[in-house]
Amino acid sequence: MASSLIRLLLPWRQPKPHHLFPFSLNPTKTSFLFHLRRCQASTSSPKRLILTQDERSKGSLSTEREAIVGSGTIAAIVTSLGGGPAAVGIVRISGPTAVAVAGQVFRPVKRWKEEGGCVAWRPKSHFVEYGYVLDNDGNVIDEVLAVPMLAPRSYTREDVVELQCHGNDVCLHRVLRACLEAGATLAEPGEFTLRAFLNGRLDLSQAENIARLISAKSAAAADSALAGIQGGFSSLVKSLKIQCIELLTELEARLDFEDELPPLCLPSLIDKISVMQHDLQDALDTANYDKLLQSGLQIAIIGRPNVGKSSLLNAWSKSERAIVTEIAGTTRDLVEANVSIHGIPATLLDTAGIRETDDIVEKIGVKRSEAAALAADVIIMAISAVDGWSERDAKLIEHIVTSQKSANQAMAAPIIAPMILVINKDDCKPKDLLVSFEEICSGLFKKVVRTCALTGAGISELEKAVLEVRGLEPIPSAGRKWTVNQRQFEQLLRAQEAFFRLHTSIEEQLPMDFWTIDLREAALALGQISGDDISEEVLTSIFSKFCIGK
Amino acid sequence: MASATPRLLSSLFTPLRLTYPIHAIRTSHRSRTLSFLSFNLRRPNGRLRTVSSFASNGTNGMERMGQKDEERYDVIVVGGGHAGCEAALASARLGARTLLLTLNLDRIAWQPCNPAVGGPAKSQLVHEVDALGGEIGKMADRCYLQKRVLNLSKGPAVRALRAQTDKREYAMEMKKVVESNSNLFIREAMVTEVLIGKNDNIQGVRTFFGMDFFAPSVVLTTGTFMSGKIWVGRASMPAGRAGESASLGLTENLQSLGFETDRLKTGTPARVDCRSIDFSGLEPQYGDDEVSWFSFDPECHIEREQMCCYLTRTTSETHKLISDNLNETPTYGGWVDAKGPRYCPSIEDKIVRFRDKESHQIFLEPEGRTVPELYVQGFSTGLPERLQLALLRTLPGLENCVMLRPAYAVEYDFLPAYQCSRSLMTKKIEGLFFSGQINGTTGYEEAAAQGIISGINAARHSERKPLIVLERESSYIGTLIDDLVTKDLREPYRMLTSRSEHRLLLRADNADSRLTPLGREIGLIDDRRWELYQSKQLRIKEEKERLKNVRVSGGEFAAEVTTVSGQPVRDHTTLESILKKPHVQYKLLDKHGFGNENLSRCEKDCVEIDIKYAGFIMRQQSHLQQIVNQEHKRLPEDLDYYSMTTLSHESREKLSKVRPQTIGQASRIGGVSPADITALLIWVESNRRKANQRTQQELLRSGATDNHMAASSPTDSVVQATAI
Repeated sequence: MASSLIRLLLPWRQPKPHHLFPFSLNPTKTSFLFHLRRCQASTSSPKRLILTQDERSKGSLSTEREAIVGSGTIAAIVTSLGGGPAAVGIVRISGPTAVAVAGQVFRPVKRWKEEGGCVAWRPKSHFVEYGYVLDNDGNVIDEVLAVPMLAPRSYTREDVVELQCHGNDVCLHRVLRACLEAGATLAEPGEFTLRAFLNGRLDLSQAENIARLISAKSAAAADSALAGIQGGFSSLVKSLKIQCIELLTELEARLDFEDELPPLCLPSLIDKISVMQHDLQDALDTANYDKLLQSGLQIAIIGRPNVGKSSLLNAWSKSERAIVTEIAGTTRDLVEANVSIHGIPATLLDTAGIRETDDIVEKIGVKRSEAAALAADVIIMAISAVDGWSERDAKLIEHIVTSQKSANQAMAAPIIAPMILVINKDDCKPKDLLVSFEEICSGLFKKVVRTCALTGAGISELEKAVLEVRGLEPIPSAGRKWTVNQRQFEQLLRAQEAFFRLHTSIEEQLPMDFWTIDLREAALALGQISGDDISEEVLTSIFSKFCIGK
Repeated sequence: MASATPRLLSSLFTPLRLTYPIHAIRTSHRSRTLSFLSFNLRRPNGRLRTVSSFASNGTNGMERMGQKDEERYDVIVVGGGHAGCEAALASARLGARTLLLTLNLDRIAWQPCNPAVGGPAKSQLVHEVDALGGEIGKMADRCYLQKRVLNLSKGPAVRALRAQTDKREYAMEMKKVVESNSNLFIREAMVTEVLIGKNDNIQGVRTFFGMDFFAPSVVLTTGTFMSGKIWVGRASMPAGRAGESASLGLTENLQSLGFETDRLKTGTPARVDCRSIDFSGLEPQYGDDEVSWFSFDPECHIEREQMCCYLTRTTSETHKLISDNLNETPTYGGWVDAKGPRYCPSIEDKIVRFRDKESHQIFLEPEGRTVPELYVQGFSTGLPERLQLALLRTLPGLENCVMLRPAYAVEYDFLPAYQCSRSLMTKKIEGLFFSGQINGTTGYEEAAAQGIISGINAARHSERKPLIVLERESSYIGTLIDDLVTKDLREPYRMLTSRSEHRLLLRADNADSRLTPLGREIGLIDDRRWELYQSKQLRIKEEKERLKNVRVSGGEFAAEVTTVSGQPVRDHTTLESILKKPHVQYKLLDKHGFGNENLSRCEKDCVEIDIKYAGFIMRQQSHLQQIVNQEHKRLPEDLDYYSMTTLSHESREKLSKVRPQTIGQASRIGGVSPADITALLIWVESNRRKANQRTQQELLRSGATDNHMAASSPTDSVVQATAI
């Protein structure tokens, strides 16, 4: 003790300024508190932890940002889910690249029109912007308000962007997914609060709550791990990971024990990689499919006023969700109803009849109908058998198609949700007209179904048609039950990104060492384990597989 | 436990057990029996005399005033192997009065196994030690017999230089260097005890003959000598290496101080007389035409004539002989259970574990220019000596070979390195450092890497300067030490490139730009080296700038670039973007007169790598930055983990054992989950705030003005408000 006390009193050399070691742990901030903190650190252990930086590549890193705990960018839905439809739901993105992530998914309406949406989003802190969220393919997912709150004036003290979406679970999940695809990671439960706390916000008394949350989290993780054992999906992920480790083994063995092993057969290795890439794509497709099963289909029913859209919704959902009258333009706002189509959840959206109108309320309703059509997975165009296919119907559908195209203009080939033509009021029509209907519309519509909303006739045909146009198969009652959760989806996504990069590395004929970087990342993503574990696993595998040793 | 006198507990143990002549015995190495006399008897007189003058006045180790001043040093290094030499040199060069104690002065920096330095990952260690101002790279450059660059086409980060070295010359050269430092004193001695002061701090060491040497810092680099025991077949004897006595007594002393020790095993193959070998049918392996260097100091770059290695293979007779005699080997006969390294299996291990492999490669490597000995690489065995010659003679080319030394295995004590912190100072005893095989590593390069760090820190500790810890991400040295002290390793640890998560950033070519500034700051890089370093960096920087600005259009050059890379060259392309194309090397620029003659070959390599792989390097760096942000948060070393109820029981135990210095290190401990890490973070942050609160209250009380608060961040003012 005595000698260590003496050391306290002796003036030993303080760590030098930071020009040499921009990474040494002493923060560059010179605030009083920091100074205090530093002194405390030094007295408890007189050590200098040194992370040297390559002088040759100096300056390529930003060192201005102070150590932030979880420095990745995270995203999550922060409003409650599953408790019935709320008016608004919020997806929050937080972290150093929050603005970049948001910029990828969010298109402010104003700038979009002005600049074609190609310029990086540079938001002003605490200024609300209105715009659309697009997915990877450039499809509009939802219209949102984006609230940027730049560091440190935010909840977590990091850059935060909140996207205020429609309070519909499906919308929210899609927006979140777009964020994940843009590079955010899914936040752990309580992670925003944790970051807020660790970055110096929140009251000290809240620390306990967070701690409790975290221990609950580990219990939950155990639960979900248990759940993950069952089901075909996790075994698929596991086998992909094992394949990654095997490939890594082959490569790493050559790198660390070059002269002891036979040379690698590159073509077969490349074959293996492309097979894995294919498997991964399959898994992701499955994930997408499963995602659809989980989040459900969004089906917009559109059409001219008074063709029986609301009656159709009521008949389909076996409810009286929508008000039905003889008066054209009764429905002015969106009406939602949830149905299950052969086990697949779907949200029906009844829309205001689309027509030219002077009624200000109805005008807004019409706008919303169009927006709903833009975001839907399936569009059902309803016409009345009594009126038959009219000029106005043709005009309407043309309008929808062009607005979809313009919304997707960023894409080379705009994707239009499949459309189904429903001929309603089937009970009161002259039969012979039907043939010509089908001839007229076969180009635009994937299916034509005749229904009678009053009797409920044709609804089951309609359901079948919906599944068919989306390429979905009905779920057998006791069938495949494994689902892909958000986190597994993210794992797959990261692995796939790594494989894309690996592919480029191979194409650019980069040396073998560079392949291992992305393979390792893929294995990491699939394994959700730490890098050390991977190293150990690979080494064990090398020693068991190859005869090595001098 | 504090007592005024140094601890003498272990003098109760009597440190020796001699079992001559060799015959098979099976006793636990722990049961020491007394044989003091026989020790003296078998010691050659000459060597005794060297020591006797001191031994006579050191009466059973009690401190005496006259001796005290003379035998007082700043740093004592125990052991003169590759760790010991680096440690002693670093310490002496930093100005510390340093004593190097070794069992045998003629075996300084001896290479008891493979006479080679470098190879994948190991060469990076050598470059790094050199960049810090160490010796191993210069030695290998000075004493090489052959040099080859491995992994040439597999990427800049895994490219590795390997040198066969002249074992005798190496030892002699290193001895010269060690002897020529005026701060460094060398003495033959066997240390049996470490002397502990009342604050659990080191005071010095006591030797077998009763001498006490005093220093505030002691580095133990005992190699395979601590209770070493060598095996040939069933016969064994206490020895650190064939023909050299083991160091006895120190293990018990350390155990009595509360250190945990364990046992490791390694082995070395037979040596054969090169004159008895028929090389005509063997595949020769020549060195590189263009020699590369370990050291960044051009003064060491002196080319010499290279020798050739040869390649032979095991035959079916080899395999049969081994299968027939498996029960004669220690592992399969079952009389040795210490763990050998997985990457260094004996030939019987290889044959048993990979039955379907018909033949294994065996390399024949020269051990020196003036000796006929050949090292039979890949052929270490535990078979008895009577079978070894027959076994060697099953190899093509060795049909009539003469064996000069039999293969043997050695077992020795090591101290699982979780007992050290990352400065390599032990956690129990202040001022006591461990380095090299005592920490469970294998290899000269690993030893040297630890040696230089412990030497630096021992010197700094004696000067009461803060110790240096290289973070894992900074270097292979950092990775090595972090692994050693964090993970529970129970086999000899060898450095491998796959152990590093960011190896693309830890290359041989940038070892100097990563570590030389640190070496300069520590004080191991002199003005001349610093000058060389700076001008090199400047040349590289200017060249990169030049390549960015010089543009070319068409011509022969463009045509050849297109053929080589398979990519078209647009008009007015910069040299930089040409260099980025696949398979285009700086050499091609040279060939067409676009190169820069002022640059050396390795400087051109640096330029090429920086430009060619810029994208990947940047990506890795930003990845690294994330890790730095996350993991380099420091943990106080005196945390009471058992009181943290939010941690799992397992991790409370593991964390208390390892006492990590950073969050990152904590996360690498087996059994510590991510949830535990979060709990730790929260705990640390709450403590920080509590401490802040307290200091602020005190400040307020002592009448400090409020203007500090303006500088503090908004949340801290929330805390202040609650504090008031």
